[in-house]
Amino acid sequence: MDLNITAVELGKKIKNKEISVVEATTAFLDSMEEKEKDINAFVTIDREGALKRAEEVQKGIDDGTYTGPLAGVPVAIKDNMCIDGMLTTCSSKILHNFKPTYTATAVQKLEEAGAVIVGKTNMDEFAMGSTTETSYYGETKNPWDLERVPGGSSGGSAAAVAAEEIPYALGSDTGGSIRQPAGFCGVTGIKPTYGRVSRYGLIAYGSSLDQIGPLAKDVTDCATILETICGKDDKDSTSVKEAGDDFTSALIDDVKGMKIGIPKDYLGEGLDEEVKANVLAAAKALEAKGATVEEFDLSLVEYAIPAYYIIASAEASSNLERFDGVKYGYRTEEYTDLHNMYKKTRSEGFGAEVKRRIMLGSFVLSSGYFDAYYMKALRTKALIKQAFDKAFEKYDVILGPVAPTTALKLGDSLSDPIKMYLGDIYTVSVNLAGLPGISLPCGYDSKGLPIGLQLLGKHFDEKSIIRAAYAFEQTREYKRPAYAVERGL
Amino acid sequence: MQITDETIEYVGILAKLELSDEEKEQAKKDMTNMLDYVGKLNELDTDGVEPMSHTFSVHNVFREDVVTNADDRDHMLANAPEQKEGAYKVPKTFD
Repeated sequence: MDLNITAVELGKKIKNKEISVVEATTAFLDSMEEKEKDINAFVTIDREGALKRAEEVQKGIDDGTYTGPLAGVPVAIKDNMCIDGMLTTCSSKILHNFKPTYTATAVQKLEEAGAVIVGKTNMDEFAMGSTTETSYYGETKNPWDLERVPGGSSGGSAAAVAAEEIPYALGSDTGGSIRQPAGFCGVTGIKPTYGRVSRYGLIAYGSSLDQIGPLAKDVTDCATILETICGKDDKDSTSVKEAGDDFTSALIDDVKGMKIGIPKDYLGEGLDEEVKANVLAAAKALEAKGATVEEFDLSLVEYAIPAYYIIASAEASSNLERFDGVKYGYRTEEYTDLHNMYKKTRSEGFGAEVKRRIMLGSFVLSSGYFDAYYMKALRTKALIKQAFDKAFEKYDVILGPVAPTTALKLGDSLSDPIKMYLGDIYTVSVNLAGLPGISLPCGYDSKGLPIGLQLLGKHFDEKSIIRAAYAFEQTREYKRPAYAVERGL
Repeated sequence: MQITDETIEYVGILAKLELSDEEKEQAKKDMTNMLDYVGKLNELDTDGVEPMSHTFSVHNVFREDVVTNADDRDHMLANAPEQKEGAYKVPKTFD
């Protein structure tokens, strides 16, 4: 079977009986078996469960239970989404043996659509990082260059799709964790509007920022997956039912009259010249198709990262209090009393980056510093939101790079956390403002590494960014990493 | 802002983390750097700006208080590091 296939194409072949669900699932499981020693995109692969499920789904397709476009298509889930009975670690030692008793709503919706879940993908521990190097289960490698990071925190999901270990995957995005790895691995990913997808069963990092979204080979797949997983859920009171969720109807090759703005602030110091050139060429391609494109001052861009790290760390310090060695996960071997057990469990169970953020978060929420840091960050967030509101009075879509550079070498970011944080400069403000964003490949640098294009939309206007992304995508061919070509058919 | 030993001790208590001396030194350095960096927000005039938690208007969401999940005790306890007679077992909390 040709593994260079999109989820929707594979779904069609299954529907037309050109290939069975078991054949397709087996092909991708074999692909994982061959490639995982190089890529390490997965924490858990459930071969047996997947094959059993594939047989059930085939029956469901044959008897008309599953009729949707993703029926029978294998999928991988980022390891911070709970699946009943399947190991869910958040790539942390502290959850090394945790098997949830329920399934995340987004995952359940995929199951109801006939998806075959094959396993859980690697990530930065608790989604804290931009490289997938902070995983307790080892770093994931970028299929474009095995000496480079895949980005993060959904690096396992992005690398698995690029390496053709899986047609598509779910990721989560708190400050760029879907868009940036999609960019680094040359695939497509959507961070939906906050509230579009239920967070029930997503192990929380920064609850006011987290959103689940798809990573796949193209825009059509991403729109189809998002359409399947979105919607209001009684189990997540921040999820909402909003119009405009017929995303696949926006897959139109037409941007005539669309107004696109490029923030000058996204093209300044720190941006790699090759990235810049390719992103601007993408803008030109959209202009040639009839969109109007102009540069503007978004402002406040340099304040997004400081505000983000205060808010995300504060929420993390609260969200991660539950990992204390009582109800699930790791518990320290020896302890003197309850508090000593908590402290030792957490100190041994969490990695350095997670501890760093929990401590920062605890500090900015502590009395005496709460106003100066946390409230200041929430006020900054309001200003950032206003700046976007103003921009969206003029533009339908905002266009820019996903990240200042292409994929970095393994180990380059870990020594200096602030340097790693600065790589999120074009992605974090989207989470602060709750906006939707899409990341898709727009070119390759002289090292042959993919460059990501980012398109941002108004609240609940995923359709405009999907339309613009789709129109741009028609101007180019999907490029596979040499690694996948060599190991493909 | 310079982070002192006392502050790190205090943050360790809040965060329920036990740090080695080496980790404490590193944490002092990291937190000092990070607070210097996020201190950049002080350049911004935010007087009169309302702190924003949600980016669009969401209201309290109410529902009837009805039990919808089944008794799942054994399933959940299967994850417990230690259990006893259908309950989570923890070190003794008082004498």
